[in-house]
Amino acid sequence: MLTFAIRRLVLSVPTLLFIALVIFLLLNLAPNDPMAQVPLTIPPEVKQKMREALGIGEALPLQFWKWLVAMFWTEPKVLIDWLTADSLLLGWLPDTALYQGELRVISWQTRSPVMDIVVQRLPQTLWVVGTAYLLAIVIAVPIGIYSAYRQYSWFDQAGTFVSMIGFSIPPFFSGVLVIVIFSVQLGWFPSIYDTTLQVTDWDSFLRQINQMILPVMVLTLQITAQLSRFMRASMLDNLGQDYVRTARAKGLGEPNVVLVHVLRNSMIPVVTVIALGVPNIFGGAIITEQVFKVNGIGQLLITAIEANDLPMVQTLTFVFAVLIVLFNLIADLAYGMLDPRIRYD
Amino acid sequence: MTDTPLAPPRSQWADVWHQFRHHRGAMFGAFVFLFLVAAVYLGPLVWTVDPQFLPRGRDFLDLRDTRPIYVALWDGGAKVSWAHPLGTDNLGRDTLARLMFGGRVSIAVGLTAMVLSVLLGTFIGILAGFFRRLDGPLMRLTDLFLALPLLPLILVASLLFREALAARFGPEGGVFILIVTLIGLTSWMQTARIVRGDVLALKEREFVLAARSIGTTDTRLITRHMLPNILSPILVSATLGIATAIITESALSFLGFGFPPDFPTWGRLLNDGVVRLSSYPERPIWPGILISLTVLSVNYLGDGLRDALDPRIRGR
Repeated sequence: MLTFAIRRLVLSVPTLLFIALVIFLLLNLAPNDPMAQVPLTIPPEVKQKMREALGIGEALPLQFWKWLVAMFWTEPKVLIDWLTADSLLLGWLPDTALYQGELRVISWQTRSPVMDIVVQRLPQTLWVVGTAYLLAIVIAVPIGIYSAYRQYSWFDQAGTFVSMIGFSIPPFFSGVLVIVIFSVQLGWFPSIYDTTLQVTDWDSFLRQINQMILPVMVLTLQITAQLSRFMRASMLDNLGQDYVRTARAKGLGEPNVVLVHVLRNSMIPVVTVIALGVPNIFGGAIITEQVFKVNGIGQLLITAIEANDLPMVQTLTFVFAVLIVLFNLIADLAYGMLDPRIRYD
Repeated sequence: MTDTPLAPPRSQWADVWHQFRHHRGAMFGAFVFLFLVAAVYLGPLVWTVDPQFLPRGRDFLDLRDTRPIYVALWDGGAKVSWAHPLGTDNLGRDTLARLMFGGRVSIAVGLTAMVLSVLLGTFIGILAGFFRRLDGPLMRLTDLFLALPLLPLILVASLLFREALAARFGPEGGVFILIVTLIGLTSWMQTARIVRGDVLALKEREFVLAARSIGTTDTRLITRHMLPNILSPILVSATLGIATAIITESALSFLGFGFPPDFPTWGRLLNDGVVRLSSYPERPIWPGILISLTVLSVNYLGDGLRDALDPRIRGR
C-alpha cells in the first residue's frame, strides 16, 4: 500500500507541473497589457520601466521559473512561519523565521501577496462547498441503496425522475429559483450571504446557518442527483452477484446481506465518484458564489479576470488545479484501499 | 420445399427504432426537444416582432416593463398587454421574441460545440485505440485534460481571446467561434475514452483480421469496419454532449463572459433578469425553465438512445 501511495504521489508532480505550464502559457501568449489602465500622462519610457519591474519583458522560461520558485519555495515558508507563530494548532512550537523578504507573487489589483488574499477567501468557499458535499453524501447513499433494493418501485421511479431534474437544472437557475421562492416570496432566508458575520455566540451561529441554507441547498441538489444515481447503479450491479445468493443461502439476515456484504462492495466505485466529483463542485461553486454573493475563491477569480489581474488569475487557476489533482490522488488511494486488486497492477 | 418468410427480416435500425418508440422517457425527450427547436426556429415566422426593436419616446414609457399576460389573473392592476404575452423588458423589448432569438443562439451553440467535441473525441479515441504507439501519449493527454480546472480556464480564455476574434469576425461571430471552440476543446475527453475502449476491443475481433488479410488499408479499415461498429456510443455521447454544451454556454453568459448584452442567449437573459428579480420574477424564470427543459429532454433522449442501441437490452 505504501509503495502504491508513493508511486501515485510521485506521478502527480509532473501532472501539476504540466498544468502550471498550460495555465502560464495560456495567460502569457494571449494579448494583454497590464499597463493599459495607467493614466496617459505617464511617459512611455516610464511605462516601459514599470513593465520591466513587473517582469514582463523577460524570457518566458525565466518568468515561469520565478513563478514556480515563488509558489513552491517561498509560499510554503510563509505558511510554516504563520503556522508556528499564530495558528491555534501549532502555535506552541517555537517561532520560525524562514521567510526573509523574498519576492512573492503580487496581485496587480491590490499590490498585496496573492496567497494572502486566497487564504482569506478560502474558508468561505470551503464552508459552503464542504457542508453541501457532506450533506449530499449523507442523503444520496441511503436513497441509492433503497432505490436499488426496491428497483422499479414508486420510490425508485420518483428518485430517478428527481435526480434527472436535479442534474438538468443548472445551478445558476436553481439558485435563482430558490431565491424567488424562499427569499422573495416566503422571506425565510436571506438571498445574500453576509461574509462579515462572525460566529461568536448561539445567535450569530443561527444566523450563519440561516444564510448558508440556500447556497448549500442548491449545491446539495446537484450533487445528490449524481451520487444517488451512481450508488443505485453500483448496488444493482452487486445485488445480482453470486456471493449475494451465497450469503442469503447461509441464512444471513437481509439487513446484514444488503448493508454489509453488498454495500461494502458497491462503495468502491462510489468512493471514486465522490472524490472525482469534488473539482466539478468547485466549478459549480464559482456560479453559486456569484448567485448568492459569497466572496469565496470563485468570486475572487471572476473579479480578477475582469480586472485583468494576471498573477491572481494564474495562482487561482493553479489552486483549483491543485485541488483537482489532490482529490484525484485521494480517489486513487481510496480505491487502492478498498480494492486490493488495484494495488498490485 | 422450404418455407419462404412472409415478411423480410427487420434491419438493425428498424429494431432500434422499435425499441426507441417504446421508451417513454426517450419519446418524451425527443418530442420536447423537437418542439423547442421548432419553436425557436419556426416561431419567428408566426411571431414576427423584432427582438431588437427599441421603442422611442412615449412608446418607450408605455411599453417598458410590461408583465406577462397571466399576471392579470391574480393582479388586476398589473400592466399587461395582449401584444406582448410574455411581457417586455426594462427597455421595452418583447420577451417572447427575445426568448426565441436566445433559443436559436443557445441551441446553435450547443449543436456546433457538440459536433466539434464529438469529432475531436472520436478522432483521438480512434488514434489511441488503433495505433499502439499513440495510445500512451494520447491517453496521458486525455488524463491531463481531465485534471485541468476547466471552468476557470474557459473563463480566462474567453476573456483573453475575445478582442482578437471579435476584430476578425465581428463581435457576435467572434464570440460564437470562441465559445464553440472553447466548449469543444474542453469536453472531448469522455468520448475519446469510450471510443478508445471500443476500438481496442474491436481490433481483436475476427472480422478485422479477415479484412486485414485481404489487404484492407488502415484508413479503410477504420472508416468501413470500425466506425459503423462504434457508432452507438458516439451517438449517445453526442446527445449528452448537447446538454453539457448548452449548460456551459449558459453558465458563461450568466457569469457575463458570453455573448454581448444586445445579443441575447438564454443564459444572458437569465443573467439580465436576476437584477430585478423581486419585482419581475418571470424574467429569469422563463429562460431558466427553457434551459432546464432543453437539457432535461436531451438527457432523456440520450438515455433512451443508449437503451435502444444496446443489443443486450433491446430484446427485453
